[in-house]
Amino acid sequence: MALLQISEPGESPAPHQRRLAIGIDLGTTNSLVATVRNSIAVVLNDADGHPLLPSIVRYLADGSVQVGFAAEAQQARDAKNTIVSAKRFMGRGLKDVPYPENSPYDFVDAPGMVQIRTVAGVKSPVEVSAEILRTLRVRAEAALGISHGAASGEDGAGELYGAVITVPAYFDDAQRQATKDAAKLAGLNVMRLLNEPTAAAIAYGLDNAAEGIYAVFDLGGGTFDVSILKLSRGVFEVMATGGDSALGGDDFDHRLFCWVLERAKLAPLSDEDTRLMLSRARQVKEDLTNHVEARFNARLSTREIVDVVVNQQDFWDMSQTLVAKTLAPTRRALRDAGLAVADVKGVVMVGGATRMPHVQRAVGELFGQVPLNNLDPDKVVALGAAMQANALAGNRSSEEDWLLLDVVPLSLGIETMGGLVEKVIPRNSTLPVSRAQEFTTFKDGQTAMAIHVVQGERELVSDCRSLARFELRGIPPMAAGAARIRVTYQVDADGLMSVAAREATTGIEASVAVKPSYGLSDGEITRMLRDSFEHARDDVHLRALREQQVEGSRMVESVRAALAQDGDLLDAEERAAIDAAISALEKSMAGTDHRGIKVAIERANRATDAFAARRMDRSVKSVLAGRNIATI
Amino acid sequence: MNSPSDHFELFGLPRRFAVDLPALEKRYRDLQREVHPDRFSTAPVSEQRQSMEMATRVNEAYRTLKTPLLRVRYMLELEGGDVLAETNTAMPREFLMQQMGWREVLEEAAEARNAQRLDALDAQVGAELDATFADVEVALDARDGATSASLVRKLMFLDKLREEIGAAQERLEN
Repeated sequence: MALLQISEPGESPAPHQRRLAIGIDLGTTNSLVATVRNSIAVVLNDADGHPLLPSIVRYLADGSVQVGFAAEAQQARDAKNTIVSAKRFMGRGLKDVPYPENSPYDFVDAPGMVQIRTVAGVKSPVEVSAEILRTLRVRAEAALGISHGAASGEDGAGELYGAVITVPAYFDDAQRQATKDAAKLAGLNVMRLLNEPTAAAIAYGLDNAAEGIYAVFDLGGGTFDVSILKLSRGVFEVMATGGDSALGGDDFDHRLFCWVLERAKLAPLSDEDTRLMLSRARQVKEDLTNHVEARFNARLSTREIVDVVVNQQDFWDMSQTLVAKTLAPTRRALRDAGLAVADVKGVVMVGGATRMPHVQRAVGELFGQVPLNNLDPDKVVALGAAMQANALAGNRSSEEDWLLLDVVPLSLGIETMGGLVEKVIPRNSTLPVSRAQEFTTFKDGQTAMAIHVVQGERELVSDCRSLARFELRGIPPMAAGAARIRVTYQVDADGLMSVAAREATTGIEASVAVKPSYGLSDGEITRMLRDSFEHARDDVHLRALREQQVEGSRMVESVRAALAQDGDLLDAEERAAIDAAISALEKSMAGTDHRGIKVAIERANRATDAFAARRMDRSVKSVLAGRNIATI
Repeated sequence: MNSPSDHFELFGLPRRFAVDLPALEKRYRDLQREVHPDRFSTAPVSEQRQSMEMATRVNEAYRTLKTPLLRVRYMLELEGGDVLAETNTAMPREFLMQQMGWREVLEEAAEARNAQRLDALDAQVGAELDATFADVEVALDARDGATSASLVRKLMFLDKLREEIGAAQERLEN
């Protein structure tokens, strides 16, 4: 609880109280992990000194898994089982897969989210991403001196408190949920999903003490985001965001690949040769950043030799339409923010694909200024995520007392008559946000009602992405039109949606069963967890116990702190009830029954509900009274 | 201890149409610094829930007070006025004629992909909006509910039209 953090200005909590937190940039092409050490964000390298982990996972027949460079080295030889750019499949169906004809994978069309058949069985993109996250978690634990398996790190530095995982700002609910699931599967406590351009803005803004309106232009391996932010006295306020969650450096590679295929008049390629040619295309694209021409050279499995010279101008011409696809969302974001180009003080470039000179030029022309490239475009997102992770873990000093205000990237709506969308929460609403709608029944005695929630800007349901279909059940039988069902849609600070429903005349809570459209059922998550534990030779029960114990001690710690600060808000009876719940929780934590601890945590939460509400009111009042600690 | 009962009270501002925008923004940031979920990521679930509810409320109140049309509608609501009373949707004939004229211009300009004409229409409707806001401010401060409600309906028409002009401009750009 940051507002309870008692420390002198300029002073961090004592080192032994610091909680270990990491920021992870889970990228399409490369992933990174960073942390804050001695108030400075640093990227953690692997044992060989590499900061980047190629986001590539290879499944082997014996059930083992290779991640990163080892997998990358085998991608052309074992294309079918070596998954690259899994991020592009997160929360996506088979119909969304870009150029499946050039993909070597054996796709399985599962409801909502596509899966891939490998020698080690069918894998969901969530599992593939979890392998990458797990590798980074292990890297971070080694770097931070966390001895794994120890119940409490007595000689080590304690344990990993939590992580912030970045996602493209333009990711929809299904893609965000899939990312969060992957992190859970990798054994990470996700403190927040943070939008990539916002993470970059923190790193840039804090580094340069920037104030004013800034645009962050983030073209990564597979996704494009643009965010317009207002930076003012430690507040990072996102005013609008836009993008394309299926546009990135990969697409430039693909353009080049197709162009070379045509030039070299090649017959259709095998999966392996396709992979080889695509990675050559990437190489040539990178070479063309600093050279006016580059050689596309490959020896195919058919013994054919491909040898084509590509010059910069050819490459720019063939990919100009891709660059243009970044400019329309940029203009729209400015319009949504109610700003003109002249209002923008600086344009921060993020993502490896912004190294391409024609991207730099197009952005410079649009904004009428030279883009800012003074931070490493590959690392800036991970660094910002680490800073935010450090702050969320409660390690912030009063100088690091910034606040992020982010937005929902895509409008949320519901299906109405005729397959049309009625917008409920418009895009660029500041998070958290909620809106309520009232419905009524149209038949006598009707007890259920179906609601379909979609995300997107188009008017037809079929042009938007289906987020959830749910049924309201348990509506009390009444005459048609008499029931008043209030449905509340809430989007939280992670950009994730939840729905609640209540019949207003009787106060009956209608039960809401939201089926995530991306189709990872609870059963599937359990199976994946079991698989991953078997793989890691971990003990499921021990792990669950450990998790609940950690959760329990967090609860005890924070309630004690709250009581110390605001105990006067309670009368003796209320105080006794909370004390009882806390000591019951502590008692259960000494045992080995993880379910018992979970129940005790839930009870403690209920016991402190009213207290929490009063504390919230008190802090609001303190702002009104000008007694706000943060602004002194 | 009771929560502030309305948006104005939440932000410690007088209930008037003319809002001190810098003060509103400052209060908004001060409040979010206290209640935002990022401040509660290590807190128990009960406090996280409270934080999300309060931060949601602060966002909603800020949006309402910051946006002139939402602000006047909200003020009318607080006064017990009903903007959308079904018996009261008749608009002056003159206003409806003007609306129809503008909509024709919008259609023609969009059809002809005439950006200049769209911009000119946007400016015209914007000016009409400003003038109407000035009228509604007088009516609201005089607690004249009926006049306010009818002016607010006019504002809603104009706002919708402006939104459509914006959409047409956007289509032209892409």
